Amino acid sequence: MARESAAAAAPGIRTVGVDGMLVSFGSRLSEPANRAALAFRAALAAESWDGVEEVSTSLVSAYVRFDLRHLDHAGLRARLEALLAQRDWYAAALPGQRRLWRIPAVFGTELAPQLPQAAAAAGMSEAEAVASLSAARVRVQTIGFAPGQPYLGELPEAWDIPRQSQLTTRIPEGALAVAIRQLVLFSVATPTGWMHAGQTAVRLFRPDAEEPFLLRPGDEVQFSAITPEELQGLRRDPLGGARAEDLS
Amino acid sequence: MSGSLTILRAGPGMTVQDLGRPGWLEYGVSRGGAADRLALAEGAALLGQGADLAAVEMAGMGGEFQADSDLRIALTGAPMRASIDGTAVAWNASHLLPAGARLAIGAAQSGSYGYLHAGGGFQTPEHLGARSAHLAAGIGAALAQGDVLETGPDGGQGTGLGLTPENRFEGGTVRVVASLQTALFPQAELERFEGTAFRRGARGNRMGVPLESDGEGFRPDGARTVVSEVIVPGDIQVTGDGTPYVLLSECQTTGGYPRIGTVLPCDLPLLAQAAAGAELHFRFIPLEEAVELERAEAERREGLRGRVHPLIRDPRSMSNLLSYQLISGAIAGEEDVL
Repeated sequence: MARESAAAAAPGIRTVGVDGMLVSFGSRLSEPANRAALAFRAALAAESWDGVEEVSTSLVSAYVRFDLRHLDHAGLRARLEALLAQRDWYAAALPGQRRLWRIPAVFGTELAPQLPQAAAAAGMSEAEAVASLSAARVRVQTIGFAPGQPYLGELPEAWDIPRQSQLTTRIPEGALAVAIRQLVLFSVATPTGWMHAGQTAVRLFRPDAEEPFLLRPGDEVQFSAITPEELQGLRRDPLGGARAEDLS
Repeated sequence: MSGSLTILRAGPGMTVQDLGRPGWLEYGVSRGGAADRLALAEGAALLGQGADLAAVEMAGMGGEFQADSDLRIALTGAPMRASIDGTAVAWNASHLLPAGARLAIGAAQSGSYGYLHAGGGFQTPEHLGARSAHLAAGIGAALAQGDVLETGPDGGQGTGLGLTPENRFEGGTVRVVASLQTALFPQAELERFEGTAFRRGARGNRMGVPLESDGEGFRPDGARTVVSEVIVPGDIQVTGDGTPYVLLSECQTTGGYPRIGTVLPCDLPLLAQAAAGAELHFRFIPLEEAVELERAEAERREGLRGRVHPLIRDPRSMSNLLSYQLISGAIAGEEDVL
């Protein structure tokens, strides 16, 4: 861990638009940078400075939006620097109340037609690809793009495959897609450059449910291979067969 | 007193919008809310109520409505032809819509988004702390014929007031600050961006609008892939083919395409209102100047209530002109005041 901390770039503060600041813990995704971003965001939320309107994380950064009438750039930057200096954020623990989710998924078939292409890009047979993707225990590194939609990582080195330059016109809700050592589980139907390798029946965002979002940053996820017939049966389950166990 | 309004006919893209739902970025939900936030402030000033109340946003096309009880209403945003029971009424103004009366709103004459406000605001159910429909996120739905919108208790009084809006309905120049990936673009590309006359693309919506131009696409230096980072409304994302795309209220929360700059929040109403084909120019300004402009605009919006004035009625819009007492010096048109 000490070696990884030393290798990570020093955190940097940049502006986002007119009324936002971004504290970045790296210029590319790494486990310590992601952990640091999650911990720093939690600390920011706990501080709840007057004038801060919203805090969130992306893969390696924490974002702050503020009210320009209550805070100025110099003042906020000084506070962020002081908070950064309080500890080694790269060595921070993962968020509390983490869960391990097991989510059933169909790999390949016409439900997830890009498995062959993804497996070939990773230098694997289709069977090897399914074994690798369902053995991996990945972590919710961030939630973003669409409601409740997780970026999951980090997959083994072989999955460092590029996104397609030609977009898939429409990937369905519940699709599991792979690229750059990550999986994205799609919460809405959307065009994408990620390769559609699996299909789940999970609904990540239910606006009217008591807990609208299924996953939280820091949760772990493992996908288990099922048949298309089994998936059909799970479509009636609001959780799509997903089951959680407490990790904390 | 609370009331309600029935929708007899709805144009496509008619939704309830308020200032949106901050606080859910961490879960992938962008703030959303009215495409033209200034229009919400104008409607609030005309009705003498808070700008946080929800209004009906009409994308390019209005609809027909019937009051189920006396309602105070205001019309703001993209000017649309409006009439109450066949009599034309002014845009950027407040009116009494008596119980049973029909309000007809036509297509936008310029701009994109018109707004219908009601005294007490529209009280559709809240989701995650706001009433705004966020169709991209699957929250709420477009309004349709037969929908009945409840209004909240109306604490204000008076109608027949007008407000001269800032003209933001025909395109123009929007100001931009450098943002996370501006430095990835060579100086020459940034200058070309500033010198280009763009047209607002036809495929624009509440998520964002493409910027078309006759020149080549815009290219960052070197590697195209940047680590996925937070997106804010106003970010100008440059996708694979080099077309800039300005993200609006209902944008995604993160993205991996480089962004050439960010439009100032106070200039976003002009950008959101630009109709398809409207000409748009972009100008980079220093952050310090942008901060001052934002502060000034926030103050101006808070002071809008002091700028409303009694409506001077256009005689050409008064079908019953001869029934008015025109010679005694009495002020006609007061029947519009509740």
